[in-house]
Order: sequence, then C-alpha cells, then structure tokens
Amino acid sequence: MATAVPELSRERLSLVAGLHEWVVTVDHKKIGVMYVLMAIAFLLIGGLEAVLMRVQLLWPRADFLPPLTFNQFFTLHGTTMVFFMGMPILIGMANYLVPLMIGARDMAFPRLNAMGFWVTLFGGLLVYASFFVPGGPPAIGWFAYAPLTEKTFARGPGVDCWALGLLVSGVGTIAAGVNFVATIVGMRAPGMKLRQVPFFVWTILGTSIQILVAIPPLTAALVMLIFDRHLGAHFFDPQAGGSAYLWMHLFWFFGHPEVYILVLPAFGMISEVVPVFSRKVLFGYEFMALATMAIVFISLGVWAHHMFTVGMSRTLDMFFAGASMLVGIPTGIKIFNWLATLYGGKLVLKSPLLFALGFLSMFVIGGLTGIILACAAVNFQIHDTYFVVGHFHWVLIGGTVFGVFAGLHYWYPKVTGRMLSERLAKWQFWLLLVGFILTFAPMHVAGVLGMPRRIYTYEPGRGWDLWNQLATVGALIQAPSYLIFAFNLVWSLRHGELAGDDPWDAWTLEWATTSPPPSYNFESVPVVRSRRPLWDLKHPDDPDWKYE
Amino acid sequence: MGLLLFATTDEVVSQNLSVFSPASPQAESIRGLFVLVLAITGGIFLIVEGVLVYSLLRSRRRAAAGEAEPPQVYGSTPIELAWTAAPLLIVFVLFLVVARTEWEVRPGPEDQPPPGSQPLSVTVIGRQWWWEYVYEKYDGREWHVTTANELHVPASDDGVPRPVYLTLKSADVIHSFWVPRLAGKTDLIPGRVNRTWFQTAERGVFLGQCAEFCGTQHANMLLRVVADEPAEFERWLANEAKPAVDEPAAAAGKRAFLAQSCVNCHAVRGTPARGTYAPDLTHLMSRKTLASGMVANSAEELRRWLADPQQVKPGCLMPSFKLSDRDLDLITGYLRTLR
Repeated sequence: MATAVPELSRERLSLVAGLHEWVVTVDHKKIGVMYVLMAIAFLLIGGLEAVLMRVQLLWPRADFLPPLTFNQFFTLHGTTMVFFMGMPILIGMANYLVPLMIGARDMAFPRLNAMGFWVTLFGGLLVYASFFVPGGPPAIGWFAYAPLTEKTFARGPGVDCWALGLLVSGVGTIAAGVNFVATIVGMRAPGMKLRQVPFFVWTILGTSIQILVAIPPLTAALVMLIFDRHLGAHFFDPQAGGSAYLWMHLFWFFGHPEVYILVLPAFGMISEVVPVFSRKVLFGYEFMALATMAIVFISLGVWAHHMFTVGMSRTLDMFFAGASMLVGIPTGIKIFNWLATLYGGKLVLKSPLLFALGFLSMFVIGGLTGIILACAAVNFQIHDTYFVVGHFHWVLIGGTVFGVFAGLHYWYPKVTGRMLSERLAKWQFWLLLVGFILTFAPMHVAGVLGMPRRIYTYEPGRGWDLWNQLATVGALIQAPSYLIFAFNLVWSLRHGELAGDDPWDAWTLEWATTSPPPSYNFESVPVVRSRRPLWDLKHPDDPDWKYE
Repeated sequence: MGLLLFATTDEVVSQNLSVFSPASPQAESIRGLFVLVLAITGGIFLIVEGVLVYSLLRSRRRAAAGEAEPPQVYGSTPIELAWTAAPLLIVFVLFLVVARTEWEVRPGPEDQPPPGSQPLSVTVIGRQWWWEYVYEKYDGREWHVTTANELHVPASDDGVPRPVYLTLKSADVIHSFWVPRLAGKTDLIPGRVNRTWFQTAERGVFLGQCAEFCGTQHANMLLRVVADEPAEFERWLANEAKPAVDEPAAAAGKRAFLAQSCVNCHAVRGTPARGTYAPDLTHLMSRKTLASGMVANSAEELRRWLADPQQVKPGCLMPSFKLSDRDLDLITGYLRTLR
C-alpha cells in the first residue's frame, strides 16, 4: 500500500507536517519568529492604511476617502501599529533572544508562551473581522473615548470586534510579561548575576513590569465597555450617570506606559548594537539599568499629560507636567551613555549601526518635542493637533522602528544563518530616513498653524496645504523602504551570504551557539563571569570580570 | 456707522490659526512659554547632535588606524552624576515657568472679573457636529439668547477689558473648543462642566474648530468668533433676543416650514417651531455661514443644504427630506427673512 502513495501527496503531507510543527511548537525561537512575521504582516496593512489617509489629505476638501472610511482607517492604523505590530515585534524578538542571551534552554513557561502568541494573533484577526460586520470597522480612534463607543453612537458590532480583539490580545501580552519576568529572574546561566545580563534583557524586564502594571487596567476597562454595550451597565455613559472621564483615566493609565513598553526594548537593542559596532563595552551599564528602572517607575505617574485639556485642577496639571518632564532625565542619561560608548570607538559602519545612528539622531528630537508637550500651558494649544502626530511618530519610528531595524539586521544572521543584503539594507535605510523626516517634520508645523488631528479633510487657505503635501510625499518615499525590507528578508533567506556562528565578532551568549541555534540552544552552557562572556573567551589576557 | 463696522468685521476673516499669532493675553503668554521651551530644547538638540557628529568623525579617523580593539571604558560615576544634575536643573527652572504660565491662563474656581470690566458669560454646548451658544450675562445684564456656530463677543478697549467667560458642556460626546489665536483648547465633556475664558482687543473674525475627535463630521465642526465693536455687539445681542420677524410676504414659506418636520429639531422663536436638537434658526440670517462654517450663508447654498444636507456634509444628523422644488423655494425664501 505504501508504494501506492503518489509523489504529490507525500509532498503535501510534508507541508502539512511542517505547518503542524509550527502550530504546535512551544520552542521560544519558533514562537519568536512567528510573532515577528505576524508583526511585519500587520506593519504592511497598517502602513497601507496610513498611505491611503495621506493621499486623502493631499488636497484640502479632497474626497478620495469618505469621512467614515477615513475615521475607520485611523482607528485601525493606530490599533494595528500599537497592538499588532509594535508589541508583537518586540515581544517576538525578546522571545527569541532572551533565553539565548541568558543561556537558558527555553522560556520559563513554554506552553503559556505559545498561548500568548496565538491569542495575540487571533486578537488581531478579530479586530480585522470588523470589515465583515454591518457598519464595518470601528470609527472611534485607537483611544476609543467614551461615550463615542457606547451603543447610542456606535451601533454596529465593529466596536465589539475591536474591544474583544484587544481584550484577547491583552491576555497574550500579559502572559508574555509574566513569562519574561519568570525567565529573567529564574533561568539565567550558572554564574550570571542579574547585573550581568546583556542590557537588552534589562529593558525586557522593565517592559514586562510595565506590561503587568499597565495592561490589566485596559483589560478591565474593555470588560466594562462590553458590559455597557451588551449587559446594560453604564460605566462610561454620562446620560445614565456614568463617566466619560473615567474611561480617559483608565485608558491613559495603560496608554502612557504603553509608549515605554514600545520603546524600552528598542533602547535594549541599541544598547547591544552600539557597543559591538563601535568595538567598545557599553558605557555606564549600572546607570543605564538604573535609568531604565527610573523610566519604568516615573512613567507610571504621567498618564494624565494626555488630559491637560479636560479641565483638571491647576495642581493636577502641574503634577503631571512635572512628572512628564522628569522622564526626560533618565532618557537623557541613556542617550548620553550611548554617545559615550560611541565616543573613541572604532566604528564598523554596517547596516545595524546605520539604523542605530538613525535612532540616536532621530529619537532625541521625539524626546525633546515630548518636553514641549509636557509644558501644560503649551499643551493647551498644541494638544490634539498635528504637532502631537509628528511628535509620537518621531518617537515610535525614530525610536522603536529604527531600533527594531537595527536589531533585526543585527540578529537576522543568528536566526537564519545568512546575512541580509547590505545593499538593500542601505536603500532601505536612506529611503526610510528621508521619507520619515519629510513625512513627520511638516506635521509639527501644521499643528502649530492650528491643524487638529483626526480630521478627514481641511479648509483651504489656512496655510496647511503645503505641509500636508510634503507629508504625503514623505509617506510615499517611506513606503517602499518597508517593502524593500520585506523583500530583503525573503531574498536573503536563500541568497544571503552564509553567516557562521558569530558574524559580528560579538560578545553576548547568543553568538556562542550555532546559527540558527539548535532547538535546545546550547550543547553546554559556558560559565558566565561577566557581562561579555565571549569577550572573556576572546581576550583571556584582559577579561571583563577584572573590571566589573 | 453700524453698517460700516459690520462691513469691516466681514472683511477681516483672517485665515490665520497660528498659535504664534496671539490676539489675547493668554494666547500671548502661552506663546512666550512656547518660544522659551523651543529655545531650550533647540539648544539641547544642537548639543546632542553635535556630540554625535563629533564622535562619528573621531571614530572614523580611528577606524583607519589599526586592527586592535579600542580602549574599553566601562563608565564614570562623576560624569554620570554631571549629566544627571544638569538636566535636572533645567527641568526645575522650566517647571517653575510652566507653573507661572498655568496660573496666568487657566481659570481658577475663585477667579473674578477684574474691576471696571464688562464681562460676558456664554454657555457653549458641543453637539455632533455644531456649536450651540447660550448668552447669559453681559455687563451685569441678564440675557437669554440662543444661537449657533458663530460666537459674537465685544472687543476690549484700553481700560475697559471685556473678558468672555465660557461655560463648556456637551450634549452628546466629547468635543473641544479651540480658537488658537484667542486661547488654548478646553474639552466639552458630557457629564462635566468646564470653564475657559479669553479677551481680545482685536476686532475681526477668529477661526477655530473642534479639537477632539467626535465622530463622522469632526473635521467640519468649524467655529468662528466675531469680536465686534462693543456698540455693534450690543445691537447684535438685542436683535438676537427678539423673536423672529414675521414678514407677510413669506407667509406661504412659513406655512411650508411649519408643516414639515423641521420643527421637531429646530426652533424659530415666536412660532410653534420649538425643537432643541438642532441649531436655533430665529436669526439664521445674522450668521455668515451654514453647516457650522462649511459653506457661505447664501440663498443658493441654503437651498442646496435643504435639498440634501448629506451632499454638503456627509454623515451629518440632518436627513434629506426630499422636499419638492416648490417647498424648497418656499422654505428657502422664508428662512432668508429670519434676520
């Protein structure tokens, strides 16, 4: 009988078996790769929404997109980029790297890890399922202010898809947070103290703590919203004694730490790339770790700087303004330490460093416009204008995206065993840098000239046209850079140069195993005596542990 | 004189909404803070980018030098303390300036109009997607005047400030009142009462719009503030307080208007039309625009709006009533008499 099985069906069987292996896997590396692939798919979808919105804003009073569609797109764009691109790509990379970096065989709870990924993915699909319900996707903004989300104003099930999608993916994110904390605290290689983990691991610990504090309030708020919509509760319905203001607090108590959840891991990646590519140890490791934890702590007390215009008392305004400015201090410490690491180094100008330098030069600007926005009185003017849109894209692209690209170019050889094409990477970098600046710099100007956010069209003659046109041109320059990256990922899988175990001559444990690593990660875990175990191996005469 | 002033007011519809062109004390004071913080952050920006470029140049020279790894520098506590303390100092100073500005521009619960002033109090109600204004008190006199979208205020003079106090409410979702040249924005939140204020000595029209996403037509929830000569403002206010004019020539139009379901939502004071859901039409013709600032208030635009509001402002809450051409002409004619 066995000989009767035709060739084709055997191939198909192996395809099914291959897919099955990915579906049932609990290997942190496979889960990490799936997270990243999911994130890239959502990046392309969210990016397409952005480009369509930019085309609509090319001219005043344009009617390329109807108002409702435009509002649905900015809701989906924000939701997608935060929940289904930003967090998954960072959690995915951390999933892949943290166990390797600390010399562990897997995450602490591998099955929980797999569940986290699948609920995140299905959460994303649930949000997009709103395209197939009556009324279509929600048009509420990613911040979903009540009472616009109540049945009175949003009758269709689009809002339910959105709320349930975030609820479900939030469970996955919380699971990932728990898992990282347990892994980092409990599963380090023999000899590796917490103050000796690669710096990326510190930032993942910080991010995980923030996840555990910030996501549950969002989950609770979403449950309350669903109760309001379907079980006759009135948490957020002012007509029946509920409070629209309550949703704001719950949402931003999540929403502001979320920004740091999205940027801390990028800080970690930069802290790995900058030392290796300037051939120097990270300057001021302890202060960097301290600054990370300071950011984690302070950023839990700044949420109402999103709410300066809701008419809080002057005292509250000042509390949140002060706390928000204070976050600038540990962030500044980080930037200075990266510069000090670069200073006097021997630069290897390969793609990971290129993106890291893009990060350093751009993220500073996003941080500084953040200080401007933290000045409560100035915020009364520029809150909810395009200035804010420019600001947070500068942080999330100039910070997170440049950081993630530095990381992806750095670790791709470890994951696949092949190098990414440097040529394509340079095209990607320059298109991204130029397109990004051209998209988001003019938005600051439009905001100062009085252009509010989230408007599907604008009046002619207000001096906003030019800035919008520049932004749209910028978006069209930026878009191909993401496509080049996606192409590079696929192309290099087959045609990339062979990488070997340690192509960058790096110093942390993930480079001690093969590329790609075996499912058990390490045959034998080296005993760790310092922050750079491979430096110690390569320089037995001058090891790090002498100085730490 | 009045007509002349009206004409001048008309012509000064400045399209400028820049926060750097303040026309009121608090917008002025915010601009001052903005310029200061721009200078500070600009300075920090130059320092950081300068150090970055310098490190790059130095490192490239070194890269050519040789094979060996550069000296490994693990850190320095004094340097770390220095670059923690310096920014802390900057933040502290900035915080003090921000606090001073906060007290200058934000109304406190105990704030009183300055002596010798002629304050105006108006309640602003945000609605999807237009503004309702209820005039309550001007210069000590009580009023009860309801109008929409175009907020008339008296301009201040030397020695006689005419501060405008706004009580902000919402009838549906969250909106935000923002006229950049007059003041920072303040939200209108259902279930809450907010306050803001401004005053201006500049005569003319100031544009603004809703600044908090409030649904489909958020983009076209435009608003304008008309700062009139005080005498002109008082004339306008007195006229608004009167019931609608009843022109015999428009009697047929009035009948057509009252026979339609217009009256369920709109009010025309002095007639059976007492709806409160949509803009008060008693003095529709005293307004320069329709559809909360989207189109000019001309006979053609008014007729186009009545024929199908969804064509003008897609998604707005006024449905198309599929009026006959005859009714359209009659009702347009009637509304055109509501001066």
